[in-house]
Amino acid sequence: MRRVNRDQRTRINLTLNGRAVSADTEPRMLLSDFLRHALGATGTHVGCEHGVCGCCTVLIDGTAGRSCLTLAVQVEGRAVRTVESLASADGKLNALQQAFQNNHALQCGFCTPGILMSFTDYLAKNPKPSEAEICEVLSGHLCRCTGYAGIVAAIKEATGSK
Amino acid sequence: MKPRPFDYVCPDNVDEAVALLAAHGDAARVLAGGQSLMAILNFRLAEPEMLIDVSRLAELDTIREGDGKIEVGASVTQNKFLAWPALATKLPLLAKMLPFVGHFQTRNRGTVCGSIAHADPSSELPLALAMLGGEVVLRSKKGTRVLAAKDFQLDMLTTARESEELITAVRFPVQSEKQVAFREVARRHGDFAIIAIAVVVEEKNKFRLGVGGMTGRPTVRQFNATGDAAIRDAAVALGVELEGLEDMHASAAMRRDLLRNLAPVVVNEALQCAA
Repeated sequence: MRRVNRDQRTRINLTLNGRAVSADTEPRMLLSDFLRHALGATGTHVGCEHGVCGCCTVLIDGTAGRSCLTLAVQVEGRAVRTVESLASADGKLNALQQAFQNNHALQCGFCTPGILMSFTDYLAKNPKPSEAEICEVLSGHLCRCTGYAGIVAAIKEATGSK
Repeated sequence: MKPRPFDYVCPDNVDEAVALLAAHGDAARVLAGGQSLMAILNFRLAEPEMLIDVSRLAELDTIREGDGKIEVGASVTQNKFLAWPALATKLPLLAKMLPFVGHFQTRNRGTVCGSIAHADPSSELPLALAMLGGEVVLRSKKGTRVLAAKDFQLDMLTTARESEELITAVRFPVQSEKQVAFREVARRHGDFAIIAIAVVVEEKNKFRLGVGGMTGRPTVRQFNATGDAAIRDAAVALGVELEGLEDMHASAAMRRDLLRNLAPVVVNEALQCAA
């Protein structure tokens, strides 16, 4: 039985974007804060902190989830992927990111990392989604620039249905 | 916001989880997918002394069939259940309702049992459990207790679970009826339903209608009615009886209107399914 008391800091070991990393945390620290503050992976954005906006979506063992509704202590031994993993080392955007740029799907860009990670998971499972399916997955995100049309167009381009 | 400090415990098996609940009772909360609980903690609407994380318990991560029932363990996520190959044939109503539970991203982590444990009045899974006459399996140091859906959810966010009990599974009876339909009205797909309506056709002119979002817990009624007018009349009577919740999203009158207008639509959709 693993137990971490409230005032105790414990070392968490995980794989972040393919690299083994570790940092200390107290039990109440959210994964979103752990990524940003303890591991310096600030690509993941924090919006609402109650699971509604989807900005903080990351992949945990390959599936998209809200990092604000996950505790850092829960990812011990897991593989976490964030938006930093998408572009190649030389800065070249991947196909999904490039499609977002092509279709002006970022606008202010705050919600983009979460949307990219959601579709990284979803398109791996369903590479040729219909527009309705794209919209349903997108319903798990809020873009306050209200630019959903560009986002849908970008995903259609990335999946070759445009 | 951030949660208040708490002790985090990750038991290795159900016995350890149950022992922790026996020792800490109300001061502890069980964490599975966290899609409701973590939001509540972040808002500081709950301030437990301890979180007992059951999300990694392999013995609870199973979908099993036996005695004409499908048993879903407490760490089975909503998306795992949605992807269960036999879902559409064994539980056609759930196949229709599960895609409305939260969003793709929250269903990846949110559990079937967790949603039922949370007992939100507008949630789809408690309504499905009530519609299908399912049951909840509760374990404590004293033993195992099985409660029917109607005896489990008592009111808004209130269930008959005792503080030392762990919900280990829920069971849905395999459905013989194939004509089913579900609709809900929400601000956006995946949000809390203002009203949710499920219909199962039992035999000709006889159907079961379930409503979520009208009162603190799901309501299920059997009707003998044919034709839109008769169904609408039955829905009006049900609306008057239930009165309807009043909140920032909809007045009670709007909920009654939605029930009256949607009930015939959902019944007709069910009747159009192949028997």
